Formats: sequence, structure tokens, C-alpha cells
Amino acid sequence: MNELLLIVRIAGERVALPAAAVESVVELDAVIPVPRAADHVAGLSALRSRVLTVIDCNRALELAPRETGTIQEAAVVEWDGHHYALLVDGVDDVVEALSEASPVRAAMGTGWERVSRGIVQTEEGALLLVDVAALIAGPDAARAAA
Amino acid sequence: MDDLIADFVAECREMLESLGGEIVAWEAQPEDRARLDSIFRFVHTVKGNCGFFDFPRLEALSHAAEDALADVRAGRRRADAQLVSAVLAVIDRIGEMVDVIASGEKLPDGSDDDLVSALQPAADVAPAPVANTAVVGEVAARTAAPRTIRLSVELLDRVMSGVSDMVLARNELARRLRDSSVDVAVDGAFERLSGIIAEMRDAITRTRMQRIENLFVGLPRMVRDLSSELGKQVLVDIDGGDVELDREMIEMIRDPLTHIVRNAVDHGIEKPADRLKAGKREIGLLTVSARQSGNQILIDIVDDGRGIDARRLVDKAIAAGIIAPGDAAGLSAKEKLNLIFEAGLSTAQEVTSISGRGVGMDVVRSNVERIGGIVEIDSKPGQGTRMTLRVPLTLTIIPALTVSIGHQHFAIPRSAIEEIVRANGDSVTLGRVGGAGVATIRGRRVPEIALADVLGLPSTLTDEERTLIVLKPAGGDVYALAVDKVHDHEELVVKPAAPAIMATGLYAGTTLADDGAPILLFDAAGLARVGGVRLENQERANRGADKVQEEGASRTPVLLFRDLAGARRAVRLGVVDRIEEVPAAAIQPGAGLLRVQLGDVILPVAGLDTPPAAGSKVRLFRLNDGCSEVALAFREVIDLAAVLHEVIPADVPGMVEGVTLIEGEPAELIDAHWLFGQLGGARTLAGCERAPVCRLPGNDAWMQNMLRPIVEAAGYRVIGDGSEEQADLVIAAEGSSVEGRGERTLWLSASPDAANENSIYRYDRAALMQALKGGVQ
Repeated sequence: MNELLLIVRIAGERVALPAAAVESVVELDAVIPVPRAADHVAGLSALRSRVLTVIDCNRALELAPRETGTIQEAAVVEWDGHHYALLVDGVDDVVEALSEASPVRAAMGTGWERVSRGIVQTEEGALLLVDVAALIAGPDAARAAA
Repeated sequence: MDDLIADFVAECREMLESLGGEIVAWEAQPEDRARLDSIFRFVHTVKGNCGFFDFPRLEALSHAAEDALADVRAGRRRADAQLVSAVLAVIDRIGEMVDVIASGEKLPDGSDDDLVSALQPAADVAPAPVANTAVVGEVAARTAAPRTIRLSVELLDRVMSGVSDMVLARNELARRLRDSSVDVAVDGAFERLSGIIAEMRDAITRTRMQRIENLFVGLPRMVRDLSSELGKQVLVDIDGGDVELDREMIEMIRDPLTHIVRNAVDHGIEKPADRLKAGKREIGLLTVSARQSGNQILIDIVDDGRGIDARRLVDKAIAAGIIAPGDAAGLSAKEKLNLIFEAGLSTAQEVTSISGRGVGMDVVRSNVERIGGIVEIDSKPGQGTRMTLRVPLTLTIIPALTVSIGHQHFAIPRSAIEEIVRANGDSVTLGRVGGAGVATIRGRRVPEIALADVLGLPSTLTDEERTLIVLKPAGGDVYALAVDKVHDHEELVVKPAAPAIMATGLYAGTTLADDGAPILLFDAAGLARVGGVRLENQERANRGADKVQEEGASRTPVLLFRDLAGARRAVRLGVVDRIEEVPAAAIQPGAGLLRVQLGDVILPVAGLDTPPAAGSKVRLFRLNDGCSEVALAFREVIDLAAVLHEVIPADVPGMVEGVTLIEGEPAELIDAHWLFGQLGGARTLAGCERAPVCRLPGNDAWMQNMLRPIVEAAGYRVIGDGSEEQADLVIAAEGSSVEGRGERTLWLSASPDAANENSIYRYDRAALMQALKGGVQ
């Protein structure tokens, strides 16, 4: 059985998240900002009486912030005991991975470089597999570790 | 008493429950000794407790069963089917009686002779009908008393989250109902539903919470048993039992707490004779207290025993190879004490049956750390030991105050809140000193920060329109937080926030408001830290002037301002209490000086020569030397700066002490000393009793007998040369040696001829008085 992948659009690119990590896909209504938090933390939202920490994927990739006012579609993941909502442009499909992830040799942007787990082959073509934990940690954590 | 009865009932029920299986097994195999023993223990325990509680009927019953069973145990009697049935009937009746006791009713009068006689070997009464003709008959029906079942915490969590969802759904429904016009009957029905849901949520939330009392209730007994075994006398003082803690958490800290208490009694508190020898009361005091502090529960276990011998700990640690001998010297006192948490260390000189088996504090620490807590230790040899368990509050309910900035709500733990005052109230004045906010609340000066500034949120309110919340974070000093609006007191279920949010240092967790929106809960200490309030130094800075000047002129912070004549001047920040703006009419000549009325005090004013033009406004620095206040008029504040350059002193004493370069331009430095000298003493502040200190050699009889009264009359407090305190003046006989402490020293010579510019003849009273007076200033 091959790994299932969720295809999402982040900053206009189609990338894959490990489907096993994603609990659900939701539309967020209200996001409460968290003052003084890192840039990529868009705020907090509530889902079925759980608090979600909302991660702006564009910011986590050090790209231009998302346009506001659009529908806030998000993939909900659990990482290290906390629930996060990863804000994406859209969710497309679930596909099967046809290969193991292989390293990307082309030069990507630093943000993408950091969250990349490699390229996987799918029926829909080759997709970049994104590391959820790195996305959540954001650019500051990576810098602090460097 | 009720508590004890409740304990008794709980214990009986627990034993009955576990006995359930035993009884059946014993019935099948009456020879089984282990089963017999456990049943015997049960009736024995019941009998023992009954004597204490005065339940004669229960006691007689259990006593009879105990006797019968004792015979069997001693081999005087065989456990035949008849005896087994009789015993079972007794146990059943005990169970019924316990239920009656639990329901709070009196045991009905009645006779248990039937059961008792059934226990007799000769009895051929069939016991079977007896069991049914109960004592309790119809009482049993009434006492469908609180029964208990075991539930997994996971299931409880699921129920709780379900109920939370229900509350959210209710709230949404409420909004919809408000928007649409519906029948009154529908409204009524909804109200009822709403009430039921609220009640249910309350009940469900409570299921996970337990008062920490449950943990403490067994301690007095344990300590009593321990201390009598060890021949010690210990008084236990328990406080804070009403703090609520997650049930699971209580179970997790039960063992560590027990261990620490045993340690305290065994190793900490001395035997009565040793205590008397050490000048303490015979009875040792052990205090166990719990309190909530921010997002933690603190449990203190304090004894007044012999304390921990850090030296011996270090020796042991070296012997056990935990630290290298060379490293030992470099350890701080705290680090030495913390060695106690290393595995394989115990300072007990001998192993006792109570503790000191070598498995000890390391297990305690790892247990506490496993639940995210920490153990702290503090000990003073001869005075006692304080152990503090800090455990997180995860999933505990904390009472909080909700406030808002703009449209966003936040919560502040109520435990950190001292008081709430309106910024524009009579008892409050807000000022800014060098850009930093200072609020004076009923004469108490506290740093003030605006929540909007700390968070970087836009807010349309000015400082005066806000509400001040006076906060006292754990381990820190008070400060005032200005918020836009205070909403409500709420009980919130707090959950830990994601690491990215905790990294801000501002928040203690997240929670959901009644309308389902997430709310951030503040950490009061974190707010102060981010807001730039120095928590520890606050009290000292409050004392004002002298402290700042001690730090030397090289880096003295000053407030740069322009006076009414337009001159660039600076005043030391330490003496500036706050800034006031008054109408010209408030400044009037009086008793030879210009004086300003500020609220209900009148202060002398410097910085202007004639009363200002009517109708204008005058801004004043309110200067404070710790004892009295004067006002200094000015036009505008330029900046906060520091004096880095040399001060060129003025030729004549006056309002200006000298000129110095501040930020590249010359500025006149105000001589606060002169100002207070000329104008001060007008108003003496409370709490100003700091007398100048004079050090006199303790072994000089002449100094002690002749000089000391004069020095004390001049207003000094006299200390001996053994004292570490910084003295304002040291008096010493010429020729003696004085330790160089950088203090002003007055040398006295024994003969008039030896007096020179450095020393004074000791009977030259005029010169002496002058020297003393110099010290006072």
C-alpha cells in the first residue's frame, strides 16, 4: 500500500502533504490574531471546541502574505500534541504516491528548501512532498537552529 | 467529623467491593486461608472504626463476626457452610448500614441478634431468611446512595468535549433565535434547555477536578504515626486545600508528596531534646500548603528542622562519583542542595525504616518532571527546609478576568490580580518619567504599561480613559496594566498553547470563550517582562534619590528639559517622582515662597520667580528625595539622557550644580540637594525613617559611653564594627585601623595638639557637631 498524499495549493504551487497527518480539511471562519507571535502564526481558531493554531503557509515559506478576504481553507494536522490549521490556497485531491521521495536537486527558494522532503511521483505528475513539522516551525525556528 | 465519616464510608465500600469476589471464592472453598484473612481484616477494620464513630450496632455486629472468624483462624472451629452463610449475611448487613450512614441518616434502631446468633456454632437457625428480613428494609430503597463506578479519563474527556460542543451549538442557536422573531413558547423552551446544558457542563467539568484536600487529608495521620514511631513531636499545618487540581494530576503527585513529607519528618525535624538544645520549640512544625500561581500549582512543604547539610551532600556526591572533587568548590549553594536529586544520594546517616533507603529524591524529581513539573529546594542549616513542587495547571479551571484591546479579548488569571482601578479616578495619577509610565495609586508608585503597547495593537483610547489592573505576578513585584475595557469574571478551562505561541513569553495558554472564540490567557510575569518592567528592582527604585546617586555620576540617568526661561537643563531621574500640569491659579506665594497646590498637598515651587500669568498652565516636575517633595516648573521635556561627561561645578552653590555635556550640548544640572535644602521639608512622606548610620568601634568604652549619646542625638543610628551595613560615617580613634569600606571616616585624636585638618580633638564639641551635621546632610 503506497502512501496517500493530499494535494494542496500553496502560493500557487501544487504540493503534497502526507494524508495520514491530515485530520480534516476545513474552512475557517474567524481567526483571532496572536499579538507578538512569530509572523507565520496567523492566529487561533476554534474547531469543535478545540483550539487550532493557524499557520499561514505563505509566511512559513517566507513568501508574500496571502491576500485576505479569500475563503480560508485549511488542512488540520496534529503535531506534538497540538492541533494546527495550515492555511492553503486550496485543496485539490488525494492521490497515491507512486515512488519514494527523492531529493530535489534543482535550486528552490529557501523557504521551500526548508520544508521539502523531496519529490514524489504520482498519477498527477511529480509533486513536492512538504514536511508538516518544518512548516509549523516556521522560518524563525530554522534560523535559531542554524 | 463529616469528612472522617465520608472517609470511613469510602474505605468500607472499597473493601466491600474488593471483597465481593473473595466472599464467593471463600464460599466455594472455606479452607482457603488467604480469603479468610481478608474477610477477617474487613470486619476487624469495621469494628475498629465503629468504636471511634459510635455506631454501637455496627460494632456489635462486626465484633460478633470477628469473634467467629478468629475462632476459625485459631483452628478452634471449622468453616462450614452455615458459618459462611452467616458471615455473608453479616457482611451484607454491614454494607446496608454503611449505605445508611453515607446518606447521612441515623442508623435505625433494631436488633441484629438474629445474625449474631446465626454465627454461633450451635445455632441451627437457617440464616437464609435472616438476610432478607433486613434492618434496613425500606431504608435500603431510600439509600440508593452515591455509588461509584470507574471511568477512563479518556471517556470523560470525550464527554467533556461533547458538552463543550453542545454549549457552542446552544450559543449559536441563541444568536439565531435573537435574530428571528419566534414564539414566546419557543423562547421559554430554549431557556430551559440552555439552563440544563449549563448545569451539565458544570457537572462534567467538575468530574475531572478534585480539591487538593483529597491529597492532604491523609497527611496528618501519616505524620502522627511516623513521628510517634520516631519519638518526635510534629505539628502539621495544612493550608490551601481548596485549590482544585486535575484528578490525574493529584494521583501523580501523591507519591512524591508523601515521600517529601516522610523525609521532612524523618530527617528534617529533630528529636525534642535536640530541638530544645538548638533553642527551638520541642514540637516541630511542618507546613504543607498549596496555592495557584499563574499557570501553575505550587505545593510547599516547609519544616523547621535541622535543614540539609550541603557540605555532607557534596562529600557524598564526591564519594559516589557524581561530581569530581575539583568541581565541588565551584558549586553555588543552590547547586549543592540540588545534588540531593541525584540518584544514589542520601544524607541520612543511618538507614531507617521510614526513608533513607537510597531511592529517594531522584525518584521524586523524575516523577514530578514526568508531569511537566519541577521540584525546588531551599534549606538553611539549623532553620529548616522548604521544598516546592510546581506542577502545571493543564486542564485545571482557572478563574480569570476577561479584558479587551480594540475588538480582541484576552484573559488574565485572577490569582495575579491585586485590584482594578479606573485610570481617571481620584486616587490615581498617571505620569511618564523618561518615556516610562508610572502610576501612583493611593500614594503607591508602580510601573505602568499599556497592554496595547505591549501587544502592538492599535487602540483609540488614551491612557486616562483606560482601566488599570494592578497585577502581582508570582515571585515579582506589582505593576499596573492599562487595558481598554474590563469585561467579566469567568472560569476558564485552560489548555496549553502551541510552542510558537508560548515562545512569545506572554501567554500561559488558550481557552475558549462562551461564544466559541479562542481567547489567549496571559502570563502576568511574562507581560511585565515583555513590557520592560523590572520586577525585582522595583521596590528599591521606589526609595528614590540616594540610591541613584550612589551609582556614581558617570552614568547617572537624567531628564533633559527646558526651563521657563528656555535654558537647557537636566535633573537626575531618580529624584523625579512624576510630572504634573496645573493651572496658574494653583501657584500662589505663601510664607515667603511660591507654592503650588496639587490635590490636597501644597509644595514649594522652584524654577519660577513670580506667579505665572493667570489663565496659563504650568508644568511641574514633582521631585522627591524620599522624605519630602518640592515642585520644579519647566517648559518642556527634551529627552531622557545620561550624564557621561564630567560635571564642571558651579562657583556658588545654587539651583545649578554645574554644567556638563549631554548629547553633545551643554546643559545645566539641577542641584536637587540645594533645592531640597532651600525648599524642602515642606511635606514629609510616610515611611521615611531612614536615619543616617554611624559606625562606632564596639570595644572602645569612651566612644560607647561618651560619644554615642551625642551621635545618636544628632540623628544617627549607631552600628557596631561587626555589622556589614554600609555606614554614612565611621568614627574611629586616630591611630586605630579601619577597614576600607569607602565610607567617610572621622578621626578623633586624644589630645588637642594632635588635631589637624584630618582629625578632630575628641572634646572639641563644636567641631564634632559640625562633622556630624555634615554627615546628616
